[in-house]
Amino acid sequence: MNGTSRSHTLVAMVADHPGVLTRVASMFRRRGFNIASLAVGNCEEPGYSRMTIEVRGTDDEVKQFEKQLYKLVEVITVRDLTDVSAVQTETALVRVRVSAADRPVLADIAGIFHGEIVDVGRDTMIVQITGVSETIDRFLDVIAEYGIDELTRTGVVAMARGSKAARNGSARG
Amino acid sequence: MTATESNGSTNGAVPARSGGQVICEAILAEDIDVIFGMPGGASLPFYDALYHYQDRIRHVLARHEQGAGFAANGYARATGKVGVATSTSGPGATNLVTSMANDHMDSVPVVYITGQVARPAIGSDAFQETDITGISIPITKHNYLVMHADELPRVMAEAFYLAKSGRPGPVVVDVPKDVFLEETTVPAPDRVNLRGYRPVRAGNLKMVRRAAEVINASERPMIMAGHGVDISRAAPELFEMATGGNIPVVTTLHGVGGFPETHPLSFGMLGMHGLAYANFAMGETDCIIGLGVRFDDRAVGKVDEFGPNAKVVHIDVDPAEIGKVLDTEVPIVGDLKLTLQALNPLIEHRERRPWMAQLNEWRENHPSLDIPDSPDTVLPQEVVRSIYDASGGDARVIADVGQNQMWASQHFWYEKPRRFFSAGGLGPMGYALPAAMGVQMGAPGEPVWCVTGDGGLLINIQEFNTLAAEKIPVKVAILNNAHLGMIRQWQQFFYDGRYMGAFLDNPDFAKVAEAFGLRGVSVSSRDELHTAIADAHAYDGPVVLDVHVDRVENVYPMIVPGTGVRSVIEDPR
Ligand SMILES: Cc1ncc(C[n+]2csc(CCOP(=O)(O)OP(=O)(O)O)c2C)c(N)n1
Ligand SMILES: [Mg+2]
Repeated sequence: MNGTSRSHTLVAMVADHPGVLTRVASMFRRRGFNIASLAVGNCEEPGYSRMTIEVRGTDDEVKQFEKQLYKLVEVITVRDLTDVSAVQTETALVRVRVSAADRPVLADIAGIFHGEIVDVGRDTMIVQITGVSETIDRFLDVIAEYGIDELTRTGVVAMARGSKAARNGSARG
Repeated sequence: MTATESNGSTNGAVPARSGGQVICEAILAEDIDVIFGMPGGASLPFYDALYHYQDRIRHVLARHEQGAGFAANGYARATGKVGVATSTSGPGATNLVTSMANDHMDSVPVVYITGQVARPAIGSDAFQETDITGISIPITKHNYLVMHADELPRVMAEAFYLAKSGRPGPVVVDVPKDVFLEETTVPAPDRVNLRGYRPVRAGNLKMVRRAAEVINASERPMIMAGHGVDISRAAPELFEMATGGNIPVVTTLHGVGGFPETHPLSFGMLGMHGLAYANFAMGETDCIIGLGVRFDDRAVGKVDEFGPNAKVVHIDVDPAEIGKVLDTEVPIVGDLKLTLQALNPLIEHRERRPWMAQLNEWRENHPSLDIPDSPDTVLPQEVVRSIYDASGGDARVIADVGQNQMWASQHFWYEKPRRFFSAGGLGPMGYALPAAMGVQMGAPGEPVWCVTGDGGLLINIQEFNTLAAEKIPVKVAILNNAHLGMIRQWQQFFYDGRYMGAFLDNPDFAKVAEAFGLRGVSVSSRDELHTAIADAHAYDGPVVLDVHVDRVENVYPMIVPGTGVRSVIEDPR
């Protein structure tokens, strides 16, 4: 059982019951899986939520993770989107310390990364940026020299391309 | 609960029942006639419901909730039904935690009904409020906090279904005090429909054919049979496969009895204290046929030495067990019985003379089960052998944890499933006595022997009171070595004899038994032993035999942790 470790993106549909997040999180922790991000929200069916989970591990480890996740009674489907054609996106809000003089420069940089300035204070600006995680990473790297006052990221959400019916993927969805 | 997630068609409205009554009806619907528990404030309304059902549901008052839980485990394992244990909130529920973890590790179906503080008090740190659903998440198959009596008919049906189907396990139903009292007209669903839970049936046919090819082509195959054989009632199919294909069998601790141990194709139990030849076989095999096993580390030892040249065929109902430990050539997710029914007709009978000769040579030259001479002391192995002889091999034996557990598994030849019971996964000392109570309740009239260490007995000795009060005719054989024997053995082997916390200053257990109202017998010689065991076997009430055995006897064979099936340490004598 070996292989190289990499980041996987899994999407799970779960029943919207109290405690379901605890069950999922408890399983991560006790089995020692390394979760990079977790995003949860409503989905197309009332009474259910969809989770996008980014987890690092070898393919075997992540397969085991997927199986353990699927064992939870309230988890309806699990799908690993890592090697399938999928859209993955994340949003970050960044408050940057910036003097009035530097504002135009920062606005330019944000523009290049398709970021949006959503708030301007006397010596700060908040940039909202949406895209794949690597783009956000690069943006943060570029603006680091101005001083990041606060950063919050939503975690990745992901969706396979093509209609559900067209994918003859795993029976688990 | 949402409309989409709930379930099953219903039979239309029925007369109002209290939550407590709904639970009693659900227990009856499962054909369960005995439950185990201890009442308390939060569960009193449930006990009031039980009061009205006492002609149909026998409630056995355990003297500690852990005892109730282990007894429910024994009852479930003996009967194949679901066990039920109940407690109050707070300390009652937390006392059940070890038992839940034990069921979870050993895949035993038990439903726990725990009382909870009344709904308005939840979350307020009320008297005896404990978040048992939070606590039990990692040690149960599933759990419920039931906030409305209207949910209870569905929740109870789901709880029993989840507990017993697929890979069985414990389910907790936590019921606030006022929900036991609340009335509902919602009927029990006639089937359970859980969208996220669909246990598999027979394995994939293509894989089954592939398994047959691999097995038929092998020169040195070994079947490794586990708990799944009993859980799936697949002993006849296992027998057919082994004898039909001429394939030798080893079992795990929980597989003991899945294949008759006196059969020439049986090579006994493998693992840390398994038979030398069983372990040698697993080092040399070219095809491991894992049937309802999870390749636990105590069975496998060092993975690199375990069938390093073997192709692995693995059949299990739990997809997460497949490929978890070993690289698997043929993974089959399926119910074992159904899958073997499909596979067996494809298995060819092959002589495999060199392999059979090798296995039999190992068996000849590494006898593993000879009991050494001991002129001055009774050996613990002899106690187990004596029970075997007195019962004609047909007793149910419940072992505790430690050396006694290994001797009980080794020195008795189990011919059928559900004859040997042991808490193999969690290994909680104190299991045997309460579990034996449950086994006896599930197998009335059958001889039931609890084989326990002195240390383990003390953990749940309060259940002597239950044996006496309920007249449960369990025979208890204490392998009294005045030590936490397994601890002493490890300290002897691995800590150069620096004994720390291994000695036991025991009470006179025969007197203790007598004080509890049980027949107590103290045994210190070989002659006394055989008489006492024969007498106990013939007696129709509970008996406690305090057998003073050799204090420093070790369990052999032994595989040192960190090493593998090729480095078995055998009895030097
Ligand atoms: C609840 C619990 N505590 C501690 C242990 C660790 N342990 C394993 S075997 C053992 C000694 C058991 O002694 P005894 O019951 O006398 O059995 P023996 O080994 O002497 O047959 C201990 C302490 C355990 N398995 N369970
Ligand atoms: Mg002992």
